[in-house]
Amino acid sequence: MTVLIDKKSKIIIQGFTGKMGSFHAEEMIKYGSNVVGGVTPGKGGTKHLDLPVFNTVKDAVKHTGATASILFVPPAFAADSAMEAADAGIKTCVAIVDGIPSHDMIRIKRYMRRYTRGDKMTLVGPNCAGIISPGKSMLGIMPGHIYKEGRVGIISRSGTLGYEAAQQLKNLNIGVSTSVGIGGDPINGSSFKDVIEKFEQDSETDAVLMIGEIGGPQEVAAGQFAKENMKKPVIAYIAGLTAPKGRVMGHAGAIVSAYGESAIEKVEILKECGIKISKNPSVMGDTVKSVLDKNL
Amino acid sequence: MDIHEYQAKKILSSFGVTIPRGGIVYSPENAENKAREIGGSKWVVKAQIHSGARGKAGGIIVCDTPLAVAQATDKLIGKKLVTNQTGPEGKVANRIYIEEATDIERELYLGLVFDRSSESIMVVASTEGGMSVEEISKEKPETIIRSKIEVAVGMQSFQAREIAFGLGIEPDLIRRVSETIIGCYKAFSELDATMVEVNPLVISKQKQILALDCKMSFDNNAMFRRTQVSELRDKTQEDEKEVFASDRGLNYVSLDGNIGNIINGAGLAMASMDMIKLAGGSPANFLDVGGGATPDKIVKAFKLITMDEKVEVILVNIFAGINRCDWVAEGIVQALEKIEIKVPLVIRLAGTNVEKGNQILKDSNINYIEANTLEDAANKAVGALKK
Repeated sequence: MTVLIDKKSKIIIQGFTGKMGSFHAEEMIKYGSNVVGGVTPGKGGTKHLDLPVFNTVKDAVKHTGATASILFVPPAFAADSAMEAADAGIKTCVAIVDGIPSHDMIRIKRYMRRYTRGDKMTLVGPNCAGIISPGKSMLGIMPGHIYKEGRVGIISRSGTLGYEAAQQLKNLNIGVSTSVGIGGDPINGSSFKDVIEKFEQDSETDAVLMIGEIGGPQEVAAGQFAKENMKKPVIAYIAGLTAPKGRVMGHAGAIVSAYGESAIEKVEILKECGIKISKNPSVMGDTVKSVLDKNL
Repeated sequence: MDIHEYQAKKILSSFGVTIPRGGIVYSPENAENKAREIGGSKWVVKAQIHSGARGKAGGIIVCDTPLAVAQATDKLIGKKLVTNQTGPEGKVANRIYIEEATDIERELYLGLVFDRSSESIMVVASTEGGMSVEEISKEKPETIIRSKIEVAVGMQSFQAREIAFGLGIEPDLIRRVSETIIGCYKAFSELDATMVEVNPLVISKQKQILALDCKMSFDNNAMFRRTQVSELRDKTQEDEKEVFASDRGLNYVSLDGNIGNIINGAGLAMASMDMIKLAGGSPANFLDVGGGATPDKIVKAFKLITMDEKVEVILVNIFAGINRCDWVAEGIVQALEKIEIKVPLVIRLAGTNVEKGNQILKDSNINYIEANTLEDAANKAVGALKK
């Protein structure tokens, strides 16, 4: 089992014929992802990159059997596209787009409550790099070649900081089972806890690296979950030690507005949860290695 | 995005919240007439800056005559106010709000925010108006009433009533207080706000329910569909460099240190700042040029960083993925042909085609210090500072 996607996962691109959609569809295909088509309303029945284009996600699912989708639609239409995917029976949807209003994200999440657990779509993002299971499939915009196949799970809010971690691991000859970018927005589809829970159940993952940052309650919630429910070791780094209170640091969600949301406070709470902390971003790989070596 | 008190009041008033009579002036000449126009026998002259705690900074003056209103306006207009929220550089009051004074009987606190845990809108109220919400939660936490609103159906009357009764409001005024709370909720949800704060919400001696001071913030990501709100932006209240950056699609926050940063990705930017601090330095800014780090963005980033006189060293840290280091390096070389850098420059490239990228930098005639890892980059930046 692989977290969220595997080699066979049939993928469609929402916003397929646009510049971003086309570029990243090609990158995913090159990586070996099983892209089976895409959706652009009004262009149904045509072909793009030698693959069929559909008017609606329902049509695409009906004709291709797709179970995963990735959104490259502008922020104003992203909520609509995510809900369309959920309604069409897509199981895993990645929203790359940065700039979805928070009120829209709340609407998406309320909309998805109508589905029972088994029917419910997993939304990853927005404002994220997506998902990669190295050697199997990529449902994202990351540079695939920096990820070595292996058994460490990565969850990161930031895209480039996640790449940094994958590269550090690769340099130490450590591979990744799946890397999930959950994005930098205050309200997102999947939280650290949602994903860490999947890693705990994944037979291909031995340890989890969680890369968090200032703002919001999610890192702490994941830490508490790990303390109570996890057997696998968790390693964490929290970015934003120098971030001033009350300022948005690039990511809409990276703002310290309450107690427990600063980097120092999160690190303290995570330590209490038994999580191994990477002291600085330069030693994320080394810290994972030390934990893996100890567990051998 | 933040707006001024008088703008927030106007918005809330259109949602059925009662506000004291008032008007805005931009010069002392109009102030006297404005006071007469508003009427009454006592006025409050309030400096409009994007900050709370204006009273303690001398930004609010109570006056007994229209002439005194003009004098107070003259005193406040163009004045720089330093509060505990503005930072030491303060903010300049270019607009003055003149308001009829209110006979206060009770002061309450009312705030609406996004609750990130429950992913809903949270209404927070307290009987201790006039104090900041941080002070209330520290000193009188037992007075705080919280109510989570299900956004799919909106705020219900009973929820507003519960809050009003919880605040100990007398029965005759319950309806009016409930309407005020629901009005604030509607403004929050219909205008893509991220924060509405009425502090204090007062009950006057005449039994009116009045929003005496208001603050509103909005979701920048939603401004494309809130053009009337986005027009309320007052760039004079923002850091000059931050305005330059946001106008050019860069994510920038001005800080106190002296090491300027150009980095791609918000997380990597925060991580690089952390490394600078651990190496004994202090960042002058947060700057995310975007995951793609296009040459165009890099040119703009160098322009922005060189505007900052505090900067004594510049650190460029780019993790190139799809965009490739060779391409990023070409962008840096192009940028430095256009902009002269007078301080030491440390460049760390990582990711796709890193050797090619470093070679392009070496073959160019730019004067820089090459770094390999995050740690190396931070150490070299701090080291360059000491020389």
